[in-house]
Amino acid sequence: MMHRILFGDNQFFGVNHMSEEKARAQAMQFRDTASIMGVLDYAYDVGIKVFMCTTYDRVGDIAEIVRDNPVRYPDFEFYPCMPYAHKYANSVGEVGALETIRRFAPGGIVETLIRGAVSAATQDLEKLMQLLVDAEMKRFAGVRTPVIFVQNVVTDLLLGLGLHDMLAAFDRYIREKYLAEAGFITMNLPLLVDTLERVGVRNPIVCANINKIGFRMSGGIEAYRDVLRSGRCRPIAMSILASGAIPPREAIEWVCGLEGLESVVFGASSPRNILQTKQLIERAWGVEAAPSVG
Amino acid sequence: MIRTGLIGVGKMGISHLAILGAHPRVKVVAACDSATYATSALRRRTGLDTFKDHRKMIDSAGLDCVFVATPTATHFEAASYALERGLHVFVEKPLCLDPSQSQSLSDLARAKGRANQVGYHNRFIGTFREARRLVQAGALGDVYRVSGSAFGQVVIRPKTGMTWRSKSSEGGGCLHDYASHVVDLMNFVVGPPERVLAATLRRIYSKDVEDAVYATFLYPGGASGQLETNWSDATYRKMTTQIAVYGTRGKILADRQECKVFLRAGAEFEQYPADWTIRYITDLQEPVAFYLRGEEYSAQIDSFVDAVERATPEHENSFASASETDRVISAIAKAAQERSQ
Repeated sequence: MMHRILFGDNQFFGVNHMSEEKARAQAMQFRDTASIMGVLDYAYDVGIKVFMCTTYDRVGDIAEIVRDNPVRYPDFEFYPCMPYAHKYANSVGEVGALETIRRFAPGGIVETLIRGAVSAATQDLEKLMQLLVDAEMKRFAGVRTPVIFVQNVVTDLLLGLGLHDMLAAFDRYIREKYLAEAGFITMNLPLLVDTLERVGVRNPIVCANINKIGFRMSGGIEAYRDVLRSGRCRPIAMSILASGAIPPREAIEWVCGLEGLESVVFGASSPRNILQTKQLIERAWGVEAAPSVG
Repeated sequence: MIRTGLIGVGKMGISHLAILGAHPRVKVVAACDSATYATSALRRRTGLDTFKDHRKMIDSAGLDCVFVATPTATHFEAASYALERGLHVFVEKPLCLDPSQSQSLSDLARAKGRANQVGYHNRFIGTFREARRLVQAGALGDVYRVSGSAFGQVVIRPKTGMTWRSKSSEGGGCLHDYASHVVDLMNFVVGPPERVLAATLRRIYSKDVEDAVYATFLYPGGASGQLETNWSDATYRKMTTQIAVYGTRGKILADRQECKVFLRAGAEFEQYPADWTIRYITDLQEPVAFYLRGEEYSAQIDSFVDAVERATPEHENSFASASETDRVISAIAKAAQERSQ
């Protein structure tokens, strides 16, 4: 069973979809791992046990702390989201596609690709995906990762390119190699769920923008409602405040009232906001609020 | 259904391919790249016709339009070949290295009556569109100053040239890559400058190309402009573009997320009261049917598809406006060269 309230990471890494200034201020505030840990500790102690995080290099430091302190973090879970696309995009701009693959996926895959035997090419693509997943997962060795996500830029790229088998291959690989569930982040939820079903991925864990104003809900808010209601996927709502465009109470009451929604992920950097958001969600879902920590 | 082909399966090519692949009114039938490793997996997995030579693809694939996403130095040849054969053409930015080639492509597209668009996607971002609308409507009064900037971390360590982006002969470098976006955005919002007064192209880590561009513009009517771009700034997670416009009645600061408008007392405009108004992308951007990387990438393709369907050469972000941008880019290069001599 997936946790219902998940803690996100945008606030730690200079990602703010509303304000560049705020993003920079946050990047400075969280320049060291200890300041991130302070916030994570608070979230953990008020009962949010899952950190859903992009596979930045620095997340490795956080995983190390959790791994090395099992008494402090007996049930801390990571939901890794890979890849950190700008890392690859910047690298492709700098050294090109092949050299980027060499950089991040060791083991001669590039040479196989260049030899370019057509029959081998499809298998190579799958092999390449596996190598990149393994490289990203190294930093999570020894910590719990029950759900492993592919980021929306990759999900949606594969969706648009028609490389739908790769989505199924990811799902398979995560189950077999990591004994975990695959998750798919997307900005095109209705299209994704249809497509995954066509390639045999049933009832997938999916994560998408779901908010009252329909911001970045491609296909439209009604199509999202239908997919949620249909019970064909296990949806996690992100960007529930639409980057701050909707007041928290209003945003949360709307999202938590959606039929079929399984979980909510949110990010915050102050204890007050973390607790308040968690309590609003629990109240909206009719869950008994967890006691706050001193 | 519009039958389309892609020339250049690189970073931008793949992005276009995915958006086109999800477009309900487009059928992607062919792709072309000199590197077969990029095309072979696509052919095998998606049934796309693939080619090594774009001329062969244009001659044989029965296309209505092509997307050209190759290194800039090759744009002219590919785009003119396609236009001569009656195709509508979308070209990645910048259009050409030589502005006279850009102009002749623009003339050719007009003569042939074909849609002709360039990938300056900032023109499809709601905050920048609002900035332009306000400036053009005179909300700021007389504009006396505009400054545009872009920062990011493309090249953050010394290296030898490994891709075309690090070779000036192929159109690499911060001027054609980052600064072209800013020039085009400034042109979009306030119109093109009359002259480039001074410019500096600065190498920071690259060997063959500049990593930063600084330039001063003079506009018709006497306004001054400042451009600053740096693709070697590791403090920016990704490319970050901003524009500031100052007028006698107020000012605007805009980036991808926000359009911040300040109007003086007595200068209220439409729903904008005096003092600051901040409008966000959530309020200014139209939704798109398929999202990848940002609404603007889908919106620019929607706009192109619309122009193709109407078979018109007159539309947003045409070769004509991209030629203006290339003219300014070329003037920046010239001013920088004069300065260094």
